[in-house]
Amino acid sequence: MHLPRAVVGPGSSHILGCTATMPIDRKAVDHVARLARLDLTEDERERMSVELAQILGHAEAIQELELDDIEPTSHALPLRNVMRADVVRPSLTQDEALANAPQAEGGRFRVPRIIEDA
Amino acid sequence: MVDTWTPAAELGHAMASGDASAEEITTAFIERGQAVEEGIHAYLAPTFERAVDEARAADDRRTRGEALSAVDGIPLAFKDVFVTKGVPSTSGSRILDGWVPPYDATVVARCSEAGLPMLGKLDMDEFAMGSSGENSGFGGARNPWDAERVPGGSSSGPAALVAAGGAPWAWGTDTGGSVRQPAALCGIVGVKPTYGLVSRYGMIAFASSLDQASPFARTVEDAAMLLQLACGHDPMDSTSIPDEVPDFLDGIDAGIEGMRIGVVKEFQGEGAQPGVRTRVDEAYKRLEKLGAKIEEISLPSFEYGISAYYLIAPAEASANLARYDGVRYGYRAPADDIVTMTSHTREDGFGDEVKRRIMLGTYALSAGYYDAYYGKALRVRSLIIRDLEKAYEKVDLIACPTSPTTAFKVGERTADPLAMYLSDIYTVPVNLAGNAGISVPCGLSPDDGLPVGLQLIAKALDERTMFRAAHAFERDFGWISSAEGRPPL
Repeated sequence: MHLPRAVVGPGSSHILGCTATMPIDRKAVDHVARLARLDLTEDERERMSVELAQILGHAEAIQELELDDIEPTSHALPLRNVMRADVVRPSLTQDEALANAPQAEGGRFRVPRIIEDA
Repeated sequence: MVDTWTPAAELGHAMASGDASAEEITTAFIERGQAVEEGIHAYLAPTFERAVDEARAADDRRTRGEALSAVDGIPLAFKDVFVTKGVPSTSGSRILDGWVPPYDATVVARCSEAGLPMLGKLDMDEFAMGSSGENSGFGGARNPWDAERVPGGSSSGPAALVAAGGAPWAWGTDTGGSVRQPAALCGIVGVKPTYGLVSRYGMIAFASSLDQASPFARTVEDAAMLLQLACGHDPMDSTSIPDEVPDFLDGIDAGIEGMRIGVVKEFQGEGAQPGVRTRVDEAYKRLEKLGAKIEEISLPSFEYGISAYYLIAPAEASANLARYDGVRYGYRAPADDIVTMTSHTREDGFGDEVKRRIMLGTYALSAGYYDAYYGKALRVRSLIIRDLEKAYEKVDLIACPTSPTTAFKVGERTADPLAMYLSDIYTVPVNLAGNAGISVPCGLSPDDGLPVGLQLIAKALDERTMFRAAHAFERDFGWISSAEGRPPL
C-alpha cells in the first residue's frame, strides 16, 4: 500500500521553526498503527495525524539537499561481519527465561489463540 | 562526617589513607539522597541496604589489602535503562513494570567488579525518549536548581541526583544528547564516549546505532575514571570496539597550549538564548587564555542533524520496541486472540512519546516512504560525518553550547513535540557521527541564574584530548568546586 505523502509548504525552515503542515491522511495513520500493533484511541489518531505531519514537515528540509552521490551510513563504526566461534555457551535456564512471562505452561510461553478457527 | 560534594577521586584517597571508610561514604550519599528525594524525585528503585552491604565488603577487602580498584567502595547509581540482576528495571516504562532481569548489563557488572556499591536505579524518560524527564512512566525527576524546572533528559534521574550531591557519579545513556543535555541543565559533567567504546549489552535498546552508555560526575576527572572502569571490548556486543583502551587520566593535567579548537559558525547565530551565548563565549575566551587557538569552522550539514536524527532514531526504535508484545515479559493486556492482545498491550503499556516515535519510525520505514525519509536521513548522516572529518583536518576539538537553553519549566514543552526535539540541536550530530562529546559547566546564565554547559566534541576514540581540554577549563574556572556550583537545595 502506498501512502499519501505528508504535504508541507516549500522552504520549511530548518532549525527553529516549522511551516504549517497538512495533517497526514487518516487512512495512513490507521495503516501505520496497524503495522506497529498499536490500538490507538480515536483521540490519539487525530493527534497523530497532526503531530506526525509537523515532525515530518521539519524533516522535509533534507529533501532540498543534493544527496544522490552520497552513500548512506547506517552505522558510524567501520566494523564488518563480526563473527564468533560457533560453540555452545552458558545461557539462561528454562526457568529463568520463563520467570517473567505473563503466562507460562509446561515449560513454554502461553499465548492467546493464534490460528483462526477454520 | 563525609562531605558529599567531595569528588570520587578524593574520596578514594581518603579511603586509602584511612580517613574515611566505604561504609561512611556510602551512608553519607544515601542520607543526602534521602534528604533531597522529595525535591528531585530521582529514584525509581533505591537499593540502599545492598549498597551498605557492598560498602562493608569493600572495607573488608581494603583492610586485607585486596581492594579491587582505587575507588573500591565509592557508590554509584544507574539510569533504569541498565538491566540489573534481581533488581527491577523498567527503562521508565509501565510496560516493563515489575520486570526483574535475570542478568546484569556489562556496565553494571564491570562497576561491580571494581567494587562500586549500587545505590539504586534512577528515573528517566520512557525508553530514553525525551529531553526533560517528563516522559517517565513513573512521575518525573526535577531540577535541583529549581524544582519547577526539568532536569533535562532522557537521563533525568542521574543528572538530578549527582547535581544534588546524592551520588558522586552515575551512569546514563546518550542517544542524541541524553547525558550531555541534562548535565548542562543541572550544572555537572556529562560524557558521551565514542560509539562502541562501552558495551551496550544489557542496555535496554532505543536506537542501537546511536545508543551509548555515558557517565555523569561533578568533575571531569571523575567522569573519566568512571568511564575507564566500564569501557573496553565485550564479546556480548558485536559493535563494541576491539582496540585497547587508553588511560584517560594519563596526561589529563597536560594543559591545552597550542590545542586547536573550532567554534561552529552555524551555531553562532540566534539559535541559543542570550545568557547561554554569553557564558559560552566567555568559555571560548578562557580556553584561548589557557593557550588554545580558537578558530571558526563551518559544519553546514549540522543544521540537518535534527531532521536526520528524528527519522533514524524513531526508525530504529520502532524495530527495537517490537519486542514488547506481551508474550515473554512485561505487561500483557487480556484478550482472546494474539493480535488484539499485542495491540492492546502496547496501547496500554506505552506512553504518548513512545507511541509517537513508533508511529513516526514505522511511517518512515514503510513502503513508499523508505527512500524519501529513512534513506535520505542515512545520507545526511554521511554528510555530517564528512563535514566533521574535514573539520578535524583543521582543529583538534570542536566547541559549542550543549543546549540552546537553560532548564525550562515543567510542562512548557510537553504540548509541542517538535519544540522538545529542538533541545537536542547541538548534541545529535555527535551521535550520528559516533564521535565523543562532553558537557562541562560554564557558569550560571545571567538571564535566569540557571546552569549553562559548554560542549567539546572530539573525533572517535580521541577522548583523551577532550578530557584534557575539559579538565584544563574546569580547573581554571573553578566553578564546580565553589559554593556557586552547588544548587540551593
